[in-house]
Amino acid sequence: MTMKTVLPTVLLGVGLTCSGASSAETLRLLTWGNYAPDNVIDMFEAANPDIDVEVTLSNNEEMIAKLRATGGSGFDLAQPSHDRIYAAQLEYELYKPLDLSKIDTSTMTPSLLTGVQENTTIDGEVYAVPHLWGTSGLMANKTEAPDLTGWGDLCDPKYKGKTSMRLTRTILLGTAFDMGEDPFAAYADLDEYQAILDKVADKLIACKENIKAYWQGGDDLSAMMLSGEIVASETWDSTAYKLYGENENIVFVPPATGALAWIDTFALPRKGKADEAAYKWINFVSQPEIVTLLSASSGAIAAVNGAMDLLPPDKKAAVNAAFTDDDVANLKFFANIPPGVEDMEGKTLEKIKAATGG
Amino acid sequence: MSFKGSTRQDAKRLTLLLLFAPFTLWILLLVVLPHIGMVVLSLREKVAPRIYEFGFGNYIDFIQEPIYWNTLLRTGGMSLLVTVLALLIGFPVAYYIAKLAGNRSKGALFILCLIPLWVSDLIRAFGWILLLRESGIVSTTLQKVGLADGPVELLYNDATVIVGLVYTVILFMIVPLVSTLDGMDNEMIEAGYNLGGNSFTVMRRIVIPYAMPGIVAGCIVVFMLTAGSYLTPILLGGKNSSWFTEQIYDQFIRRYNWESGAAFGFLLLAFTSLVIWIGLKLSGQTLSSTVAKS
Repeated sequence: MTMKTVLPTVLLGVGLTCSGASSAETLRLLTWGNYAPDNVIDMFEAANPDIDVEVTLSNNEEMIAKLRATGGSGFDLAQPSHDRIYAAQLEYELYKPLDLSKIDTSTMTPSLLTGVQENTTIDGEVYAVPHLWGTSGLMANKTEAPDLTGWGDLCDPKYKGKTSMRLTRTILLGTAFDMGEDPFAAYADLDEYQAILDKVADKLIACKENIKAYWQGGDDLSAMMLSGEIVASETWDSTAYKLYGENENIVFVPPATGALAWIDTFALPRKGKADEAAYKWINFVSQPEIVTLLSASSGAIAAVNGAMDLLPPDKKAAVNAAFTDDDVANLKFFANIPPGVEDMEGKTLEKIKAATGG
Repeated sequence: MSFKGSTRQDAKRLTLLLLFAPFTLWILLLVVLPHIGMVVLSLREKVAPRIYEFGFGNYIDFIQEPIYWNTLLRTGGMSLLVTVLALLIGFPVAYYIAKLAGNRSKGALFILCLIPLWVSDLIRAFGWILLLRESGIVSTTLQKVGLADGPVELLYNDATVIVGLVYTVILFMIVPLVSTLDGMDNEMIEAGYNLGGNSFTVMRRIVIPYAMPGIVAGCIVVFMLTAGSYLTPILLGGKNSSWFTEQIYDQFIRRYNWESGAAFGFLLLAFTSLVIWIGLKLSGQTLSSTVAKS
């Protein structure tokens, strides 16, 4: 082929790919691992042949950092937790209001729906609806640590060197509840909250001796727990459910003061370009048969009516082994994080990490 | 000046310009610009949501909070230790490869040193985790042989971090050392012995001075890499081991505090540059007489 014939061919090829791309819309999801499994994406693309789904996996902090870096562009649908919307919107303007008429909210659990809406309404506009929820609490190997009931038990010298936790705000809040405080109520008065944080820091620094290591992600936690290197830990419920499938002695323990519940939501990034496709996705994944698939892959419970019955059998068994009705009634939902609290908590966590003890 | 001469000169200039263009662009776009951005960002103080003021508050915060500069000093100290260990272990290896090994085995040995670099940092760190954890290979072997009564935890402490870091960066010490030592004429060593020197004096007076450019280059690279590493200290480190890069990550990602994260990033750069400058002054070397030469 001479240069003269190559060039038109290349141009033709480029033209074809461009026209091919423009007819199909791309839905760029910014979500958690296992929240958009391949089988669900395939079903969605089969139902909506004109939409391609692109998934970026992340977590709360990185989602906000990514959206902040781009001013809210680059993604069409994000899934931050319900407590991460209000302050982030006030400070960095990352999201755009939802058009609730385009979302089938009738299938969503009313208490979670109103809860999320109350938390994420700014100037009369709603910025998020709930999707999946779950809890953070404790996990214990029943044969080795049968008496573990509260956050503070991780610091029980009985289990010296055999417990773990992740150094994030969850353990700060859990420990505060365990000490009889109500940190969420103290959000209103940041001086009072700082006083609570100081007490929590002292407690957790003294507790360092008891900790084998701070876990960083689900994988190293699982490895430590399954190998028996630790007998109890602070954990996400989904990780505990997964381990329950491998060893029935490892159960999720909702702390006596209440497991901390989070709700992951749907929110539209401010400069998203495929809102219609995003609404389609939201309605698609709220259907009962899809909910079961999502719960199977993520271990989280959907915010739709009758979600408990839609859990796959193994997850249902794990949830039943962990939660009584009282535990469910006792759930503590993460309160909206007011501006400035992240900084205070971050400093406290640094102090704990840097302290030498144990 | 004739017409012909000036076109030739223009062409020469153009070639030079074109040759330098990628390098200049790279430096400008990927090094200088981002750093200017960082400095500007680090000089912004948040006074209220969406309102910022110019000021040195982020730097003052750093000075006032002992946790921050302690972590920075700790990171610097441990990086120096890693550099020294890498030099002590890497020098004999490089000497063997460059001077003692036969021509054929030289290549093979060099490849052997390179192979670990084909695997990513993350996988190498996980390798160490599998080996050293309480229920890991080393611990079980020790118990089987009877050297330990119970499970031994070798992970999650500073020594492990040092070992992991030395393993990760030692190659960057060996490569420049091999290339400098390779260029050294064997007759210089022979002459040293002929003039009555023993192994120690030959090493101290002839080999090491000759290898100095390689040593300095290796040390600078290793120190910079170690101080800026993130994965190894995080994965292998214990509950007390903070690393400064982790602080930067926390500021940027967990605390949404890009301003102070940028200040920290800049402080790390300034600190490592200062250490290297002090190192060069103390050892009586200059960049032009060492790195530029090698």
